[in-house]
Amino acid sequence: MNNSLQEYLIEKGLFITAISSILVIILIIIFIFLEGLPAMESYGFLNFIFGSLWAPTQGEFGVLTMIVGSLGITLLSLVMAIPLSLFCAIFMAEIAPSNMRKILKPVIETLAGIPSVVYGFFGLITLVPFMREQFGGTGFSMLTASIILTVMILPTIISVSEDAIRSIPSEYKEASLALGATQWQTIQNVIFPAALPGIITAIILGMGRAIGETLAVIMVAGNVTQYPTSLVDPVRALTANIAIEMGYATGLHYNALFGTAIVLFFMIVFLLIIANYLQYKKKVVIGGGYL
Amino acid sequence: MNRIEVENLNVHFDDAQILKDVNIKIPKNTVTSLIGPSGCGKSTFIRTINRMNDLISGFKKEGHIYLDGQEIYDPSVDVVELRKKVGMVFQKPNPFPKSVFDNVAYGLKVHGITDKNIVEERVRESLKSAALWEEVKEKLEKSALGLSGGQQQRLCIARTIAIEPEVILMDEPCSALDPISTTKIEDLIHKLKKEYTIVIVTHNMQQATRVSKFTSFFLHGEIVESARTERLFLEPKDKRTEDYITGRFG
Amino acid sequence: MSFRLLSPKVYQKIMKIVFWISGIITIMILLVIIGYILFKGFEVLSLEFIFSAPIDSGRAGGIFPMIISSLYVTLISGLVAAPLGVGAAVYLAEYSEDGWIVKLIRFGAETLASIPSIVFGLFGLSFFVIFLGLGWSVLSGGLVLALMALPTIFKVAEVSIDAVPESYREGSLALGATKWETVYRVVLPAATPGITTGVILGMARAISEAAAILFAVGAALTIPVSIFDPGRPLPLHLYILATEGISLEYAFGTAAVMVIIVLIITVVTNNMVDRYQKKLMGR
Ligand SMILES: Nc1ncnc2c1ncn2[C@@H]1O[C@H](COP(=O)(O)OP(=O)(O)OP(=O)(O)O)[C@@H](O)[C@H]1O
Ligand SMILES: [Mg+2]
Repeated sequence: MNNSLQEYLIEKGLFITAISSILVIILIIIFIFLEGLPAMESYGFLNFIFGSLWAPTQGEFGVLTMIVGSLGITLLSLVMAIPLSLFCAIFMAEIAPSNMRKILKPVIETLAGIPSVVYGFFGLITLVPFMREQFGGTGFSMLTASIILTVMILPTIISVSEDAIRSIPSEYKEASLALGATQWQTIQNVIFPAALPGIITAIILGMGRAIGETLAVIMVAGNVTQYPTSLVDPVRALTANIAIEMGYATGLHYNALFGTAIVLFFMIVFLLIIANYLQYKKKVVIGGGYL
Repeated sequence: MNRIEVENLNVHFDDAQILKDVNIKIPKNTVTSLIGPSGCGKSTFIRTINRMNDLISGFKKEGHIYLDGQEIYDPSVDVVELRKKVGMVFQKPNPFPKSVFDNVAYGLKVHGITDKNIVEERVRESLKSAALWEEVKEKLEKSALGLSGGQQQRLCIARTIAIEPEVILMDEPCSALDPISTTKIEDLIHKLKKEYTIVIVTHNMQQATRVSKFTSFFLHGEIVESARTERLFLEPKDKRTEDYITGRFG
Repeated sequence: MSFRLLSPKVYQKIMKIVFWISGIITIMILLVIIGYILFKGFEVLSLEFIFSAPIDSGRAGGIFPMIISSLYVTLISGLVAAPLGVGAAVYLAEYSEDGWIVKLIRFGAETLASIPSIVFGLFGLSFFVIFLGLGWSVLSGGLVLALMALPTIFKVAEVSIDAVPESYREGSLALGATKWETVYRVVLPAATPGITTGVILGMARAISEAAAILFAVGAALTIPVSIFDPGRPLPLHLYILATEGISLEYAFGTAAVMVIIVLIITVVTNNMVDRYQKKLMGR
């Protein structure tokens, strides 16, 4: 075969692999929307999103309780995960001696690698009974789920924010220390503010992981479609709704579960847009110097 | 009277010896230049004086460094207090990504000076001393990263003198600057020496003659020769010093 | 703050302790979780458990068919995702100019990485199982997992290809090699350790996933022989054992096997990265 023809074909072939992710996303969007939109349409978009009643047998498909459930679990887990993971990230980037860092790095990779069903199982066996003893009820609750999620999003937030902290030029640090600032003052006043865009990106990624988590949440959250009135009330997440009911759903119910996925999809896209905006802003900060 | 006295200083990074038997006396309220070829240990030396090398793993030192008669590596010495007394200006201007005002106020803040009037007064005084006030008084709230390189370096000097140190270490403060900015900083050094003891590393021998009273020549981690600046440049005693200053080196 | 309760030095000491504690807590969390699961799991873990079929839906017997199912879906995902991911990385690193298409491709990979696994699950059901008619099979499951592994492989491969020094390429091109010859004979071999790490990480994501294949592999307890047979990979088995209250003991055994797999993967990838870095430094 002619050499330049071969080169040409290879380049085109590589191009196709390169756009494969985009093609897949388009396919996903098409298939999810094709199946999901009919349910949203026939039940009414606003009713679907802002309806409080989810009763498939009676033809009621309001997902607001689950939006609240997903957000509640996610925000609660962020409240717990952010302090611990930021301290840990700063510890790894600035304070830990090198042998401690050598231990922590694989620890965090392993935490990230443990399958979510294993986390869910661990929560089911240890945390649910514990919560039952402490707070009464069944032990399956929003709080239980968010504790498990906290552990699951720790590695994401830690590793991304550690990278952000590490990428702060050491000149800033030296300048601060040379002025007689303590290490903590330097972290608090110089390193942390400069790393903030990256840290927020890390938090958003953690949030995405929390919103998208399915089986671990199902195993400990109780999955009741109601608004929680306390932290120890059971809740159902959007993801859980799909996984629990897909096995037997037919007709409009089947479509409504795809509709649930559409809602989920938009929540993730929203987070991605914020993350990209911050990424862009970070470049502006380093380039033009505005903080 | 000597502000700094260094006795038999040896510095290692892990197994590599960087400084060998360095002895030097740095008198009060004067400018002392350190010259020497690249990699001879000048930066390492001045970073030893404010203990910035403590941050580097593998740093080991022997010998003594006295500041006003006090051994600065003595366990009883508070590094933070030491660095407050011995300020440092770096080779590359390194303002914080904060406003001009906050850059200068930073040192005051970390040392617990929070009275608004005092802080504003000190920021203004420091910027004036650093010959920068006229250029930035309209943009104190703007990001310091928007200043020119020369302005940034003077801002770093202002930031250093805001906390009223006794000694200022400058590591090639002009190497990243154009001639006009360089002249401004040299003028500034002349002004500052009345109040501060200044140690400046420079690759520019003219600069050494212009700004300093004493000069030491470093080579391979040793001080080959220390003398009054004119003497060192006009009648070097050591053959190696002569080779270096006449450009016959290497 | 107009006055200080604590001097900066005292603050520094306190914060240092806080930092150490947060590091230690993180380590403790991992140790408690894997320690507990391994400890409980070792009660049922044995060669027989690994190599025999489950009896009575998993109340007794072993997990051999699940291990085979897991291998099947993971291998399929690797075989499909590796060429796509590496190809995309090669295209971006070697063939494309920076521009909107590159940005779009990166954004695509990033989006794919953040789509919740249950959404992949629905897509797998409607596209692979129903639309393509692949049915509940390890093939359907493997294909879904390939989509999930793709962004990981792409990202790691792109970083490793970027890390190959420019001089390697120039050396080859100067000898008259074509672009593809240069990529194939010089760039890819130099980036192989990194690419391999990426593929392992992608497959690691696949082997631990359950939600995405919930509606794609079926849940058969038998050993899948052909790729069109249904199966039940380990994470799915654990999920069913635990939530249907079949057997906690065997759930622990299954969880322990997965934890051991994760530990092996972490050790292997870390070793590879270390050696790779040493090799680069040694040059
Ligand atoms: N952090 C470090 N770890 C190990 N070795 C170092 C470190 N910093 C500097 N060195 C070594 O110490 C020696 C002296 O370096 P130093 O920066 O003090 O030289 P210098 O005289 O300031 O040179 P220049 O004029 O180029 O700035 C060099 O050989 C350098 O490689
Ligand atoms: Mg230097």
